[in-house]
Amino acid sequence: MTAAHARVKPELEFLMQVPLSPDRKTILDCMQCGMCSGSCPLGDAMEYPPRQMILEARSGGLEAVLRSPSLWMCIGCATCSRRCPRGIELTDGMWPAMRDKAMQDGIQPPAELQEAFQNVFKYGNSLGQSPRKRLAWAENLEVPVRDLSKEQAPVEVLWLVGDYPSYYARNRTVTRAFARILTALGVRWGVLGNKERTIGDCDRLFGEEGLFESLVEYNRALLDQQQFEKIVLLDPHSYRALERFYPRFGAKYPVEHYMTFLAARIEQIKALAVKPVQATVAYHDNCCVGRRYDCFDPPRAVLAAIPGVNLVEMEHNRQDALCCGGGGGGMWLDAHIAAHGGTRLAERRVREAAAVAADVLAVSCPFELSRFEDAAKVAGLEGSLKVRDLIELLAESLDLGEKETV
Amino acid sequence: MKIAVVVRQVPDLIEPVEIAASEKTVDLGMATFRANEADDFALEQAILLKEKSGGSVAVVALDFGDVQNTLYTAAAKGADRLITIPYDADLPPAPKEAAAAYAQVIRGLAPELVLVGSYAHDELESTLAPLLARELGLPFVGVVRGVRPAADGGTAVVFKEFPAAALAKMTVKLPALLGILGADQPPRYVPVSRIRALMKTAKIEEQEAAVPDASSAVTVRRLYHPAAGQRAEILEGPPADVAAKIAGILKEKGVCK
Repeated sequence: MTAAHARVKPELEFLMQVPLSPDRKTILDCMQCGMCSGSCPLGDAMEYPPRQMILEARSGGLEAVLRSPSLWMCIGCATCSRRCPRGIELTDGMWPAMRDKAMQDGIQPPAELQEAFQNVFKYGNSLGQSPRKRLAWAENLEVPVRDLSKEQAPVEVLWLVGDYPSYYARNRTVTRAFARILTALGVRWGVLGNKERTIGDCDRLFGEEGLFESLVEYNRALLDQQQFEKIVLLDPHSYRALERFYPRFGAKYPVEHYMTFLAARIEQIKALAVKPVQATVAYHDNCCVGRRYDCFDPPRAVLAAIPGVNLVEMEHNRQDALCCGGGGGGMWLDAHIAAHGGTRLAERRVREAAAVAADVLAVSCPFELSRFEDAAKVAGLEGSLKVRDLIELLAESLDLGEKETV
Repeated sequence: MKIAVVVRQVPDLIEPVEIAASEKTVDLGMATFRANEADDFALEQAILLKEKSGGSVAVVALDFGDVQNTLYTAAAKGADRLITIPYDADLPPAPKEAAAAYAQVIRGLAPELVLVGSYAHDELESTLAPLLARELGLPFVGVVRGVRPAADGGTAVVFKEFPAAALAKMTVKLPALLGILGADQPPRYVPVSRIRALMKTAKIEEQEAAVPDASSAVTVRRLYHPAAGQRAEILEGPPADVAAKIAGILKEKGVCK
């Protein structure tokens, strides 16, 4: 403990318990350079951008910070954390701790977020859908789906399908395509059917630590019963939580996002991807697997394996990619952010794609399809810019899609 | 103020509700249950009154459905006593029978105020609140949107909603029973960590009460889906096809070009 730590105000003790870097830095180590606030895509709309939030909290104004709408405006893109010269983990450390503290003190989170939390607590998914409908996406699918919740069997890949891929109509096209791709690649795979529940990364990022812990307990008990070589996910947020935060509770599993899973099979894919997909494609690096793990080449390798694809780069790409605005609970904060002056980041992003003459914006996160498709409509790009998951493009080239073409 | 709140379990409508083969009831075989929405507002109003004026809040519920989660959540919000009435039937009782059971327990609590949700979506004949007021012999005001304790301590000021959102400000002598439609604020969110902590420490009391057999005055002759009338057409098919049909009809009728 440093001398500064010894002088910390009692009200900030809760933050001293949160590891904000491998060498246990705290907000007392912040040198107020402002890199975080300048990097935050919503910082200009915040009453307390990250730097001022830290300053105010350290100066005796924690209560004001906790009661500010700013507390619920971070959408978890992690640009501030990656750029912080002191290496302080704001996104995954400070923000969740502040939000947890606010809720413990009785401060109410935005109403949409409350509903998402309650849905997860009661139904195991953020959309408030019946757990019995988890496998509805697989109805009339022409490839067999092994439901491990009904019949346990050893599999190479345990596919945790996720909330949006299971329930949201637009995402189900991607889900069905991935089932066909796994089968075409000769992978022995299975799902958890109606027993699957959300992994809980967004709940954790938004400070619902108790809810996250309850999900870890449930999922750990379920996963420990299964025999698999690795877990594969469509959702980069869930990947992040399983890879980074579940191990804190002793739940360690080999886990992979589908991008790296596919990229590792690129030669097999090249042999199968014979149907050209004539499109100028801009790839949107997602914040969880992209920025947080520097995973930029695998998705581009998969796109390059698709004949006919002309890959172009947007102004903000790779480490500097602009967030879609949906991560870390942002899916349930559009009204709150708009009410406090924030812009829709997805609209800025689709305009970036249009600026480089892309006719397809390729994505690799379940949140991004609906966000960018809605944004394209608002931006007047609906006819000229299509939003497709990388899986959809690949399935089309493998002639395994839902027969829609770009 | 000593307050008792009744919290009921009702079928959760995320599961489809089907008409049973008998055509006299709905099939709840696949149903899960959740706290009744209006009762949630009654609880919030009770907690707000306690925070403002002191006192205590006791929550009374039949031991049915998801009642344990409901009660621990109530405790996390600030309820002081959690009471269940043993009940082992497959379906919740009708309001009249439920009122008789709740009254047996609530009498023993001697509350100054009893709060019950104004409605529950599984109530077919009447609603619980006025029936329970009759059982307890208490004055009753229904469709209440707000409650303030009066300075004299023997009355409360209540705001009752009428059609067109008109509000009547009334004074009611205590003890009384109020049917709650809304509280002074939406039901609060409490973090799951607090609920989980109370699952380990909070005590749920069990109090016996006889639930009378149903002696309904209403006989359901037949439950059925509304039939298509002379000018009604039920559009079926995938959403895109239905949307195209709607667009065609609107054009045909001259509503749009």
